[in-house]
Amino acid sequence: MYSQGLIGADGATHEDEEFLARFQARIDAEEKIEPNDEMPEGYRKTLIRQIAQHAHSEIVGMLPEGNWITRAPSLRRKAALLAKVQDEGGHGLYLYAAAETLGVSREELTEQLLDGRAKYSSIFNYPTLTWADIGAIGWLVDGAAIMNQIPLCRCSYGPYSRAMIRVCKEESFHQRQGYEIMLTLCRGTEKQKAMAQDALNRWWWPSLMMFGPHDTDSVHGEQSMKWKIKRFSNDELRQRFIDATVPQAEYLGLTIPDPELRWNPDKNGGKGGYDHGPIDWDEFWTVVKGGGPMNRERIRARRKAWEDGAWVREAALAHARKRAARRQAARAAAE
Amino acid sequence: MEQRLKDALFRQLVRLGDDCLILGHRLSEWCGHAPMLEEDLAMPNMALDLIGQARALYTLAGEIEGKGRAEDDFAYLREEREFTNCLLVERPNGDFAHTMLRQLYFAAFMQPYWHAAQGSAHDGFAAIAAKAVKEMAYHVRHAGEWVIRLGDGTEESARRMREAVDELHRFTPELFETDAVTDALAEAGLAPDPASLRPEWDRVVDEVFREARLERPQRFFPRSGGRAGLHGEDLGHLLTELQYVARAHPGARW
Amino acid sequence: MTEETPLWEVFIRPRNGLSHKHVGSVHAADAELALQAARDVYTRRGEGVSIWVVPSRAIVASDPARKDENFEPAASKIYRHPTFYDIPEEVGHM
Repeated sequence: MYSQGLIGADGATHEDEEFLARFQARIDAEEKIEPNDEMPEGYRKTLIRQIAQHAHSEIVGMLPEGNWITRAPSLRRKAALLAKVQDEGGHGLYLYAAAETLGVSREELTEQLLDGRAKYSSIFNYPTLTWADIGAIGWLVDGAAIMNQIPLCRCSYGPYSRAMIRVCKEESFHQRQGYEIMLTLCRGTEKQKAMAQDALNRWWWPSLMMFGPHDTDSVHGEQSMKWKIKRFSNDELRQRFIDATVPQAEYLGLTIPDPELRWNPDKNGGKGGYDHGPIDWDEFWTVVKGGGPMNRERIRARRKAWEDGAWVREAALAHARKRAARRQAARAAAE
Repeated sequence: MEQRLKDALFRQLVRLGDDCLILGHRLSEWCGHAPMLEEDLAMPNMALDLIGQARALYTLAGEIEGKGRAEDDFAYLREEREFTNCLLVERPNGDFAHTMLRQLYFAAFMQPYWHAAQGSAHDGFAAIAAKAVKEMAYHVRHAGEWVIRLGDGTEESARRMREAVDELHRFTPELFETDAVTDALAEAGLAPDPASLRPEWDRVVDEVFREARLERPQRFFPRSGGRAGLHGEDLGHLLTELQYVARAHPGARW
Repeated sequence: MTEETPLWEVFIRPRNGLSHKHVGSVHAADAELALQAARDVYTRRGEGVSIWVVPSRAIVASDPARKDENFEPAASKIYRHPTFYDIPEEVGHM
């Protein structure tokens, strides 16, 4: 579903100037880098970190929405939500595979997630409290994801860019299903509309935080931009998201929970855009570092699935070995 | 169609719809918690097949009944005693061995059921069957391959598989039960006679069990009652969860 | 560290008449599970009519460092392309 502005990636490299210049020239010429190509260690590490964070976000992101699959209020909504959460699993899978082309295994990446070394998007550490949260997540979180992910389709690393093209294609229905849920609620009973407003109130600020820290506080942003792993800065993408979302909220008849939100005709080089109030970065860092409302529950759920599934994975491997041995024995007997 | 047959077909459609909805719901509980990511995609695929079948079956039931009930009225506005699914599908997921065996038992019954139902004298029902038969063939294959791997995998997986057989096998005779509804439909060529599907079910299950090195329990107490709305205690909790939002907002649209 | 489930490359034929094309990968303990995983992961939107899975470790790849010696010599052999030959327009094509 989404990748956060990268948290704490170390893009440091130790290669000589000539090698780095040659690599940069390929990037500047918009050449894609493919798995076995030589690349700076920092590029590889940054990518592994970013793709893994992105993959983990998809997988952890299944949990808050998965929380409502069994309670979806109509069969149509139930099927759509199940398909959407399943898609997120698929996106995690494509992304883990892209990371694996850089020489890490899915098992290693999973262990990094479970022991807290790897990060994932802060947004999924908030709880889904009502059905309207499913609408708000689809509308806002997937909307933010689209902003983030479309530029990633042009990322300089081939496997990541290809995975993202697939992800974006599949995701086009996610944001729409979310907005449709909000629209239905807003045209429904008073109680339903209140539910929608409450969900917007709770998800608005965390959605803005999804784009990551301000550019001035984003330590490794510049190197990632130079390598074309990232194409736009956190603040640019956040601004685009706000400008696109505010009119959608107006259409719903909902109020964005930001008293300082104002149209500013001079923004965006005269095209106009919205000024917004300050983002609570203390909250952001608290959630990123593990202190959010649901951090522990999310990791606990992932760990439980992984540990409870160990015997299944082992059994499948054991069966494959037995079969191979039997085939070999049969062949030996025939000779 | 005479009223007696209409009534029977209506009741059968609701039974099948309930089977599909409840099993689809159970499978959907796994989403995000599967033993591996690949299964996090496989189980929702099966759940979506079943929920899709349930929707088609309820819709047709509503049309035949002619009282203006739609799919969601059947799913969200009936109580435990009105649900007529078989007991097998409401069994809690348990571990992955239980879930895959439950799926195999059910799909190995429904695949030949839909195969036969393609020849139904009712066109709408035959059309549902034509779509569902392919979906269930894949469920048989997917669940069957897992039962084989778990049954003949490690010591632990074999033990879990045997426990699943011990737990779930007693719910399988109910699948083949006949009554006035199924008899009337079979006689009129509207729907298959469940009892007639037993040899095919036996063949498929035996084949999987042979490869999985599993045995059928020799003696067990068969459980049934689902078709009369006599369920286990788990169904009420499932419905509580399934129906809560819809019931908390009477008349609301979603 | 637990034992790793093998990786498989997935190729899908979008429809008859087209070649199988690489679409991604899956993890599976054996070939049948790999085929099923590929079906469940990569054909959810009707993307294909046929699937190949190949163990990733069975793929032999050319060395990117030898890209120049492998592929550049072909670039100068322009006489392999029809546009190399001058034929008056009125003669027409075959």
